[in-house]
Amino acid sequence: MKKELWFNEYHTDDVCFSFRVTEQVFTGRSEFQQVEIFDTPEFGRVLVLDGIIMCTEKDEFIYHDMIVHVPLAVHPAVQNVLLIGGGDGGALRELCRYDTIESIEMVEIDAMVVEASKKYLPTIAVSFDDPRVHLMIADGLRYVRRKEQAYDLIIVDSTDPFGPGESLFTKEFYGNCYKALKDNGILVNQHESPFYGQEAREARLTHRRMKSVFEVSRVYQAHIPTYPSGHWLFGFSSKGLDPIRDFKPEAWNARGLSTEYYNTDVHAGAFMLPTYVRTLIGEDTV
Amino acid sequence: MSTRPFQLDHLEAPLHKALLDYRRRRIVSFDVPGHKQGRTTPELTEFLGEKCLSVDVNSMAMLDNLIHPVSVIKEAEALAADAFGAAAAFFIVNGTSAAVQAMIMASLNPGEKIIMPRNVHRSAINALILARAVPVYVNPGLDRELGIPLGMAYEDVEAAILANPDAKAVLINNPTYYGVCPDVRRLADLAHAHGLRLLVDEAHGTHFYFSDALPVAGMDGGADMCAVSLHKTGGSLTQSSLLLIGGNVIGDAGYVRQIINLTQTTSASYLLMSSLDLARKNLALHGSEIFPRVIQYADYARSEVNQIGGYYAFSSERADGNAFFAFDETKLSVHTRSIGLSGMEVYERLRDEYDIQVEFGDLGNFLAILSIGDRAVGIERLLAALSEIYRLNKRDPAGLLANEYIEPHVALTPAEAFYAKAVQLPLKACLGRISTEFVMCYPPGIPILAPGELVTEAALDYIYYAKSIGSNMTGTEDLAVEKLFVVT
Repeated sequence: MKKELWFNEYHTDDVCFSFRVTEQVFTGRSEFQQVEIFDTPEFGRVLVLDGIIMCTEKDEFIYHDMIVHVPLAVHPAVQNVLLIGGGDGGALRELCRYDTIESIEMVEIDAMVVEASKKYLPTIAVSFDDPRVHLMIADGLRYVRRKEQAYDLIIVDSTDPFGPGESLFTKEFYGNCYKALKDNGILVNQHESPFYGQEAREARLTHRRMKSVFEVSRVYQAHIPTYPSGHWLFGFSSKGLDPIRDFKPEAWNARGLSTEYYNTDVHAGAFMLPTYVRTLIGEDTV
Repeated sequence: MSTRPFQLDHLEAPLHKALLDYRRRRIVSFDVPGHKQGRTTPELTEFLGEKCLSVDVNSMAMLDNLIHPVSVIKEAEALAADAFGAAAAFFIVNGTSAAVQAMIMASLNPGEKIIMPRNVHRSAINALILARAVPVYVNPGLDRELGIPLGMAYEDVEAAILANPDAKAVLINNPTYYGVCPDVRRLADLAHAHGLRLLVDEAHGTHFYFSDALPVAGMDGGADMCAVSLHKTGGSLTQSSLLLIGGNVIGDAGYVRQIINLTQTTSASYLLMSSLDLARKNLALHGSEIFPRVIQYADYARSEVNQIGGYYAFSSERADGNAFFAFDETKLSVHTRSIGLSGMEVYERLRDEYDIQVEFGDLGNFLAILSIGDRAVGIERLLAALSEIYRLNKRDPAGLLANEYIEPHVALTPAEAFYAKAVQLPLKACLGRISTEFVMCYPPGIPILAPGELVTEAALDYIYYAKSIGSNMTGTEDLAVEKLFVVT
C-alpha cells in the first residue's frame, strides 16, 4: 500500500472530491471555524475552511478575476470599495491593480484566515500592505448596517451560507448594502452553484432576495474546477447600472491589465446562462 | 439571586443518572410505552433519534414515580427546590398552566376570593373554573406612552384587599409578558399582613433566580407559591415546569401534591422530567455567568435599535417604583408606534420577509426574547432587518390606536357561568348579557371577556377593532369569533 494522505470534500452526501496532500502547512481553530492550508501536487497551496476548499493556487485566478473585473468593467469610475470577506487576499490583489481606486475597506470576520493567508499564501495575500487598504476584523452585516451612500462597489467574497457566512446571504444584509451604496453603486457576490441540490436551492433563494432589493439583479457564471460541480455563479446587482448595457469594454481594455481568465468577451458570455440555470433562478426570458 | 448559597451539590442530576443506568442495563420491556424504545415506529425513531426514544419510558422502581416520588424524582425535586431557594419544588409536565392552576386550587376552597391583575394568563382564569373561585380583578396599570399593561400598583392591591377582607390570595405576574415586574417584596408583606397568600405566575421569570442583575424572584421576595416555566428561559423541554412553595406553606406540601395529582398525567414523560433535572443543574452551575451575558446582548441590541431612529427599545428607565417596579433586561421590548407601524406589522414583516421569528407583536410593541442560546449573528440579523423595515416601511404614526384597559364587570363566578345554560348569539345581540366564554385578543393575551362577565359596549368595540386590524382572536367555540355563548 502506498503511504499517501488524501483530502476529501463531500460535495453532497453521495459525491466526494479528493486530492492528494503532500503536507499540511497550517492548521488552527479560530472562534469561527477550522482553518487549514495544505500543499498538494495538483493544486499547489490550498486554503480550506471547515473542510471546504476556499481557494487553490492553481485555479484561484478564475474566481478572483470574475468577482473583481466584471463590476469594474461596467463602472470604471469606482473609487470607494467595500470588500466583505475575502480573507485570503485574492480579491484584494485584483482590486489593488486599479490605480483609480482610492480606498478599499476590507471587513473580514476571522483574523486567523488573514494571518494564515499572509504567511502561507504568498502568491495570493500580496496586497494587505497597500496604503489604500483598510482591514477591519469585524462582522460584515454589523459593519455595513451603519453605512449610507458610502461606496461605489461592494464585493461579498464569502463562505457558503452554512457557517460564519450565513448572515451574508440574507435579505436584510442585501438591503443594508443597498443603503450603503451610492446611487450608481454595484454589489457583486459569490452566488453558489446551480448544480447540486443544496447549493442550487441557495442560489435560487439568493437571486430571489437580490431581486427584491435591487433594481438590477443579474447572475453570471464561471468555471472553477475545485468548487462543487465546477460550475459557479456570481451575482451582479445595482441601483441602475446594467452589466451588459452599461458595459465599457474599451475603457477596461485601455487599462492594459493582463488577466488569465477574464477578458471582455468572457464578460459578455458570462451573463449568457444555460437554460437549466435560467429556470433555476426563475429568469426564463433573460 | 446568585448570591443565595446552595445547600446541595448541583453537579448531581439523579434522574438523569437513573435514566443512564436504565439504558445501560438494556432491560427487556414488556410494559408500556408500546413503542418499545421506538422499534414499532421507525420513522419516529429516525426523526427524533434512538437516544431520545430509548428513555421515553414508564414509571418503574428504578425511575421513581412522579405521583408519589420516593427516590430519584424526590431527589431531583429537592435539588430544584435548593436551586430556586424554595422549601419544596414539584416537577410539572403539563405546562406552567398546570402549575398556575395547582397553586390557585391549593390556596382556595370553592367560593373563595382571589385578587389578581386583569392581565393574568388564561390558565389562571381557567383555574378559577376548576376551583370554583371568585376573581377580584385589579387594573394592572398602563404605561400610556408605550400602551402596555403593568404589574399593579401597591395602592390598588391594598384597596382590593381592604374591600375584600375575605379574599385568600393575591396572584401577580413576575414579570408580565412584556418584562414588567411589580414590587414583589412589598406585595408579599402586604398580602401576609392581611393573612393572604402571595402566588406568583413566573412563567417568564425562571432566570430571575440565578442572577442578582435581574429583578427579584418570587421565592426570594417572600412569595408563598411560584409557577416557574423552566422551559421558557431556563433551557428545559417545552411543557416542563416547576411549582415552588415557600417556608410559610411547607406544611401544606402533601396537600399541594394531591392537588397536582388531580389533573396531572399518571404517565409523566421522562424526557420532560430529565430535561428539568439537567436544566436545573446547568442553571445552578452556570446561571450566574449566563444571564449577565444575556443582559449584555440585550443592552447592545437596545442601544443599536435606538440608534436606527424611530424605534424605542425600552428598559429600566420606564420603571416608576410601583406598578412598573422593575424591568427584565433580558427582554428586548421595542415600541414601534412612532414609526407608524404596529408591533404586529413589524412582527409579521420580520417573519415573512426576513425569516426572523420574535415572540409577539401587539398594537404598539414587539418583543424579542433573548436567551442563553442566542448567537451574535442572530442579533445582528434582527438589527439589520429592523433597520431595513425602518428604511422601507416607516409611515406617519397618525391613526394608530393604543392598548386600552377594559374594565371587567363580573356578574357570575367563572365556574357558575361556565356551567350555566347558555345560548349562542351573534356578537351584537350579546350586549348586556353574561358571557360564558373567553374572548382573548392575542397579543397581548389579556382577556377582553372571561366567563361570568357582562358583555359591555367597550368590550364589543374592542373585539370589533381587534378583528379589524387582524389580531388573532381566540377563546370562543365559534372559531370565527362572530358568535358568543351567553347565559340564557
